[in-house]
Amino acid sequence: MAFLTVSSPHAHGPLDTATVMRLVLLSTLPGVFALSYFFGFGTIINILWASALALGMEAAVLKVRKRPVGFYLNDGSALVTAVLLGIALPPASPWWLIAVGILFAIVFAKHLYGGMGYNPFNPAMVGYVVLLISFPVQMTSWLAPAGSFDGSLLGPIDAVMRVFSLGQVDAVTMATPLDVLKQNDSLLIKDLWADSTQFGSLAGVGWEWANVGFLAGGLYLLYRRVFTWHAPVSMLVALFVMSALFYDGGSSASGGSPMFHLFSGATMLGAFFIVTDPVTSAVSNKGRIIYGACIGLLIYLIRAWGNYPDAVAFAVLLMNFAAPLLDHYTQPRTYGHKTTPRKGEGE
Amino acid sequence: MRKIWDIHGGVHPPENKAQSLGRGIEPAGIPPQLIHPLSQHIGAPAAPVVEVGQRVLKGQMIAEAKGFVSVPVHAASSGTVVAIELREIPHPSGLSAPCVVIDTDGKDEWIDHSGVDDYSALDKPALLNLIRDAGIAGMGGAGFPSAVKLSTRDDAKIDTLIINGTECEPYITADDILMRERADQIIAGVKVLQHLIQPSEQTLIGVEDNKAEGIAALRAAAEGSSIEVVVFPTKYPSGGEKQLIQILTGREVPSGGLPADVGIVCQNIGTCVAIHRAVTHGEPLISRVTTVTGDACSAPGNFEVLLGTPVDYLLNLGGFHKEQCIRLVMGGPMMGFTLKDTSVPVVKTTNCLLAPTKKELPPPPPAQACIRCGMCAEACPASLLPQQMYWFARGKEYEKLEDHNLFDCIECGACSYACPSNIPLVQYYRASKSEIRKQQQEKVKSEHAKARFEARKERIEREDAEKEARRKARQEAAKKKATAGLDPVAAAQQKAAASDAGKDPAQAAIEKAMAKRSGNAPEESDDEKRARLQKAVTTAEKRLESASTKLEEARASDAANLGALQTAFDRMTEKLGQAKEELAQFLSAESQQTETQNNAADPAQAAIARAQAARASAAEQSPLEKAQQLVASLEKRLEKSEQKLQEAKAAGSDTADVLEKSTTTLRDKLESARGELAQRSDSEAPTEAVAATTDPAQLAIEKAMAAREAAANMSADEKAKKALESLESRVKKTREKLAEAEAGGADTVDVLRDTLAKLEEKLAAARDTAS
Ligand code: SF4
Ligand code: SF4
Repeated sequence: MAFLTVSSPHAHGPLDTATVMRLVLLSTLPGVFALSYFFGFGTIINILWASALALGMEAAVLKVRKRPVGFYLNDGSALVTAVLLGIALPPASPWWLIAVGILFAIVFAKHLYGGMGYNPFNPAMVGYVVLLISFPVQMTSWLAPAGSFDGSLLGPIDAVMRVFSLGQVDAVTMATPLDVLKQNDSLLIKDLWADSTQFGSLAGVGWEWANVGFLAGGLYLLYRRVFTWHAPVSMLVALFVMSALFYDGGSSASGGSPMFHLFSGATMLGAFFIVTDPVTSAVSNKGRIIYGACIGLLIYLIRAWGNYPDAVAFAVLLMNFAAPLLDHYTQPRTYGHKTTPRKGEGE
Repeated sequence: MRKIWDIHGGVHPPENKAQSLGRGIEPAGIPPQLIHPLSQHIGAPAAPVVEVGQRVLKGQMIAEAKGFVSVPVHAASSGTVVAIELREIPHPSGLSAPCVVIDTDGKDEWIDHSGVDDYSALDKPALLNLIRDAGIAGMGGAGFPSAVKLSTRDDAKIDTLIINGTECEPYITADDILMRERADQIIAGVKVLQHLIQPSEQTLIGVEDNKAEGIAALRAAAEGSSIEVVVFPTKYPSGGEKQLIQILTGREVPSGGLPADVGIVCQNIGTCVAIHRAVTHGEPLISRVTTVTGDACSAPGNFEVLLGTPVDYLLNLGGFHKEQCIRLVMGGPMMGFTLKDTSVPVVKTTNCLLAPTKKELPPPPPAQACIRCGMCAEACPASLLPQQMYWFARGKEYEKLEDHNLFDCIECGACSYACPSNIPLVQYYRASKSEIRKQQQEKVKSEHAKARFEARKERIEREDAEKEARRKARQEAAKKKATAGLDPVAAAQQKAAASDAGKDPAQAAIEKAMAKRSGNAPEESDDEKRARLQKAVTTAEKRLESASTKLEEARASDAANLGALQTAFDRMTEKLGQAKEELAQFLSAESQQTETQNNAADPAQAAIARAQAARASAAEQSPLEKAQQLVASLEKRLEKSEQKLQEAKAAGSDTADVLEKSTTTLRDKLESARGELAQRSDSEAPTEAVAATTDPAQLAIEKAMAAREAAANMSADEKAKKALESLESRVKKTREKLAEAEAGGADTVDVLRDTLAKLEEKLAAARDTAS
């Protein structure tokens, strides 16, 4: 038998891209579980339908682009995009809404830019923003959490019927806590809290637990060294600092407490599953700190003064824009060099 | 606790060291055949000094070093040379190279050898020679001749000597076992190095903390000495020279620089043992400790193996199962290279043979797209951005690659190891580096061609100008003769005055011509110009010299900055070429002028003058140098006047007396100047003693002076004969060089041809006068 002739290194680390993606998928489970527990089976049906669509579209596009379908499907990145979008959409969203979202995410945001690794924008967030702008009604009709209303949550069958418009399904929708806070201009935070049934101990009922779930998943990924702490931590810190600055003790004009912001909406999902998307974030550690912090800042600004209740998607896309610039200015100093390379030089 | 620094990045591959540490060092014995490649080091291959059929003894030199950056090769056991031919050698390229093949006779008969009793009595050059003659080249991996690495420039202040006992590559335990079993020899070797380098502050042995036993042994052996064993956390690649330096001292070797630039000299543990053996026992480097390991070996371990032992012989000792082995690696799993077959020999740099099974080191899966996860950047010890470099390498954007400091990449493989997409990043960098180097070489070549063309054009112009000048000079001289029935002494004085001022008509004409050509203002006097040009040449030479050492060392360590260095080197060469060309033009114009009035230009004199000027311009002129110059100029004048005197005597002219007198005065002056010079040399000796012996200019001066002195004691006949001889030998040498250059297709062919033609002319003339 002839020996292999390959160049060094001959050893390889334990992580490969497919493993990374599987770990990411696995880590969404606690959050998805919390969402389902409080909002019914809608999210799970979202995810399943989105995944099926994503895999189908990915395969189709790969075929058109004459790439090996099996090889690329295996990397799991389409699946991750689908799962993240499925989680971000209101539970049991209409099937066509999800389809449009996936179309934009996989075909436009990913493959039209050259496919895996080449896309400057986070595909799931592109899909999400396109939907938010085009279909604001559907996108803001979030279901009411368990305990905040009389009646039962969507079961699996109900969820499927609702998603595919197979029949009339009663579902109570309700403004999200972030929405409520945004609309509020008369009540002190304390009173608002007492007034609305959907507020829990930290933030919204259900929302706080979903965020805890994603936080747990994120910490696991950190532990497995799938990503570094820089971007998520700096994003959370920035958001915390901003909300603390503008909390003003809870007046009617208050932006909400830091804890409320950390555990509301898509904060934790964003911090650990969106901001950490390697493809679209800054590369160096320094760059990632700036990248994360800017996203945290933007999230607060948009939440407090923008037109949309939640802002993770917008903030992330805006910073996707800036990432190459950040890369350019945060090149690490190479060993043995006094200065960082190419500083100030044009691209 | 001593402070240690952290390096950026790094990875923690499974160590896999325990397998081969189960047993101590075992002798591998004598294989039936030894294959000694002539190039087991960085630099020029050694040249064989034995013949096929000759019996050689263990330790006998079978190939001698060729050039400064080279080391000899010795027979590892006694036997008969059966072939000197191309054999496959262990090299990433899988190339064949010339080897001396010895059939061993099993007697293992040593050649006479003995160590030095007291190496501290040896001076630096002697010790360095000893190390070089023992064939010692870095045993940690690159194989750079140790003597070269240790011969630091005298102005480099070395405060720290670092001994690399890191051995950060997984699987390899050759250094570890040396520390456990031969700590005494290591420390003895380090002490030799201490004596050699005289580090002003500290001597450190850096070891990773996964070698507790070795550390304990080293510490025990180093007890009571000034050698400190420093332990730091295990992380790959802490053992890279630059990384180790950073860990131990916090200093960074500047990009494109050498450790000596930050006051450090670094040597490997194994090299220390080899140096100890060479110095104390007179044993050349003929064996080393090599780890044989991997799951395809049922009896992994460390072996003391004769250099030249075929790999399969050694593998068998380790219980090698060929059918289980998927790839055979020489070196470690991170930086080693694969062997195509097992007939290649163990060489000076072979620290490990790794025979993994398929399960152990599976073949690389196909690479996936880069997901820009940054894990590679996280792992890079040089703080590079491997993912960016990967994009640029794929797009063949070589300029951007260099902007991203591609050449600072040490090819450690940490990035590839960490990459989740299995991208063979290092492979891309290697390919890009060699591509960039190739391009640079081509560029340099075409620039040389251009320079040659322009030089030729200028030479033709210059020759025309000179012809014209000579013609004018002749006219002038004729006129003078005609006008003056003058007292010949006065005429001579006049002439002397004129030439003193450097304004004789011929020269003036030349100067004008030259000024016109070079667009230089005529204010610059000859002396100034000569000094300036010579200065340019010397500085260029100096720079080139240092660039070339750096380059060699970089080659040795296969360093990242090789490209940058290569460019620098090429630039230097080019500059030097330009400077030399200019100087040569000027000097030839000048010598032509002196030749017109003084046909017998003494080459020694010229050499002295040139060397002098070079030296003078190399540094701020010290009184010593002034004295030297004075001596030289006096010598020149004395010589001239002696010649005139002879002529006058021969012609029976009445000026002979006057000339005699002035010659004597000159001689006296020269004597006193020489005395002063000698004194000064003495008084400045402490600081300059070492420098003096190594300064090439100084050497040239001394040689030339000696030649002159010898010449002075010779009769005219002898002189002529001597001149003839020297010319003949020069012609011969030049011919040889030319042949070599032609064979090698070197750029110097043209220049050499020119020189040869000129020399032959001179030789013919000399023969005419001699006969
Ligand atoms: S580790 Fe591999 S996939 Fe990740 S950024 Fe580097 S090259 Fe790309
Ligand atoms: S091989 Fe080069 S780029 Fe990769 S980690 Fe090592 S130094 Fe950095």
